Amino acid sequence: MAVKNYLSVLILIAVVVSIQLATKATDTSYYLTQLTMTGYYSLVIIGLCLVMGYAGQLSLGHAGFFAIGGYTSAVLTTYNLTTLLEQGNGLVRFLSDKGLLISTLDLYGEAVLYINPWPAAIIAVILTASIAFMIGIPVLKLKGHYLAMATLGFGIIIFRIALATEILGEADGISEIPGFTLFPGICVNGDFGNRVMNYYIAWVLVLIGVILLLNLIHSRVGRALRAIHGAEDAANAIGVNTAHYKLYTFVISAVFAAVAGIFLTHYNGGIGPSEAGIMKSVRYVAIVAIGGMASMWGALTMGVLLNFMSLRGMFGSYDDAVFGAIMIIIMLFAPNGLLNLSVWQKISKSAGKEKG
Amino acid sequence: MALLEIHKLNRRFGGLHAVNNVSFNLDQGMIKAVIGPNGAGKTTLFNLISGNLQANSGTVFFDKRPIHGLKPFQIARCGISRTYQNIKLFPGMTALENVMVGRHVQSKAGFLSGMLNLPSCWSEEKEIRTKSLELLELLDITEFADTEAQSLAFGQQRAVEFARALASEPKILLLDEPAAGLNIYETAEIARLITKIQNRGITVLLVEHDMSLVMDISDEIVVLSFGEKIAEGLPAAIQKNKEVIQIYLGDDDA
Ligand SMILES: Nc1ncnc2c1ncn2[C@@H]1O[C@H](COP(=O)(O)OP(=O)(O)OP(=O)(O)O)[C@@H](O)[C@H]1O
Ligand SMILES: [Mg+2]
Repeated sequence: MAVKNYLSVLILIAVVVSIQLATKATDTSYYLTQLTMTGYYSLVIIGLCLVMGYAGQLSLGHAGFFAIGGYTSAVLTTYNLTTLLEQGNGLVRFLSDKGLLISTLDLYGEAVLYINPWPAAIIAVILTASIAFMIGIPVLKLKGHYLAMATLGFGIIIFRIALATEILGEADGISEIPGFTLFPGICVNGDFGNRVMNYYIAWVLVLIGVILLLNLIHSRVGRALRAIHGAEDAANAIGVNTAHYKLYTFVISAVFAAVAGIFLTHYNGGIGPSEAGIMKSVRYVAIVAIGGMASMWGALTMGVLLNFMSLRGMFGSYDDAVFGAIMIIIMLFAPNGLLNLSVWQKISKSAGKEKG
Repeated sequence: MALLEIHKLNRRFGGLHAVNNVSFNLDQGMIKAVIGPNGAGKTTLFNLISGNLQANSGTVFFDKRPIHGLKPFQIARCGISRTYQNIKLFPGMTALENVMVGRHVQSKAGFLSGMLNLPSCWSEEKEIRTKSLELLELLDITEFADTEAQSLAFGQQRAVEFARALASEPKILLLDEPAAGLNIYETAEIARLITKIQNRGITVLLVEHDMSLVMDISDEIVVLSFGEKIAEGLPAAIQKNKEVIQIYLGDDDA
């Protein structure tokens, strides 16, 4: 990775730290909640940016992967295993013996037994990756609108499953999800006192994600992905296994979405079907598009800006409409993204024309 | 010894028999030209060899191994590389990056080592870059290394594509009209280059309309007409072949 990119990473670190210090200085640390959530959504967005901008594949199903991660972790860490253990269930006993279960008392003082968030998260990631793999094999053979429609279909299925399944809480979703203790003393949860820590957990995760993806983009694989994006036949004919490359990229970005889903679920202490909704997927796609498709930094910047505004309720009840409108405007006027120089040149040129 | 054996290859597009029962061999180290009028099926033949199109029937053996039915990337890995009649560069990538993609089969860093930027990638990446720069040098386009390939002049784009094909260190290079659109100086340059490549031990199969180029550099010629092979032999013999002359000069007095 070039020096320029390490520099950008350093700038990102500086920005993350300054924002936290600024909220402290101005006594606005309540912003940290939305900034933390924004961080997790950014993780989905940079992953999608790899798929859309570099490998050139469109996915309207990423909210689905987010939800699979979040819901899996939610179910596993809230499903009471006490009765199963008493019945002598082999799997539960095995988990218990390996110390992978947590026992606590519930609100009424009854003993409850849950799976520890660490194994739950690992299972959630593996499950999401497997589903992305299986969906990806047939779906990634498609191109253009066919691919968009197939991934949209996948997103709808996941949404309807979340909405209709009893164990997933149907329309109410799952709540009272415990915190996720990453390391002793470092816990992903929504406790008031943990706000600063959680802000940093989210953004360190984003930072790790950015570094991994920037490394990838500037590697042999990244070059091959850009080649596939530009001229798939020619890439294949020069020796790139285009089908595998597209599939792996899709799976990686699904894993990014799943990790975001897992963390945000533990942070919020709950997850509902709206996280799996189509409008969420549309939102992710719109943000990557407005950031300039093949620009990790553009997507990140626009993602933070728009998600933060949305979470602060600035778009009111027009929230989804705003993202729909963004999509239309970008496609019409700035298919290379808003942060792209040529757009501004075009705008200033046409402004000049009107004057002249 | 035949490096490439093409046997009774057929390809139809609906009612059109674009490649009709074509057979010939390509010997190690030679330059062989495929000529024929427009629409004779030359590009289709190339697409069948490189795997970009599937044959309806027939076989292609490379180094005694069947390669018909393999995917293009598998055929590339065997050591067959190509250029296109209507240049296919990777848009949005510089000339150097285009050539670096050509080194794909000669390198191996995967997703994991790429994401973690493991030290093993560093030396490989350096090698990819050095070898690619050498090829830009060979094609005399070093100064355009960091220019977006698609914004280059036509001749330079051909050169980039040429370099990209060479970057994979192929055993066989398929060149589909390498001199099309070039002026006589550039064409002479290409001729020198192809001979140079041959001297490096690379076998060349060449489609070309420029007859003086073909006659100058090829060791053997195959003539296609309406999908069928109508002649094969040494350049001198092909030049005298009645049927070939008829095709090229029109058959008014035949
Ligand atoms: N994908 C395709 N679908 C249908 N017809 C095709 C296709 N590709 C080629 N053809 C037809 O097959 C015939 C052979 O085409 P091909 O491109 O192989 O000719 P060529 O010898 O390369 O001609 P040229 O010298 O003009 O490049 C032509 O009639 C062409 O129209
Ligand atoms: Mg042709």
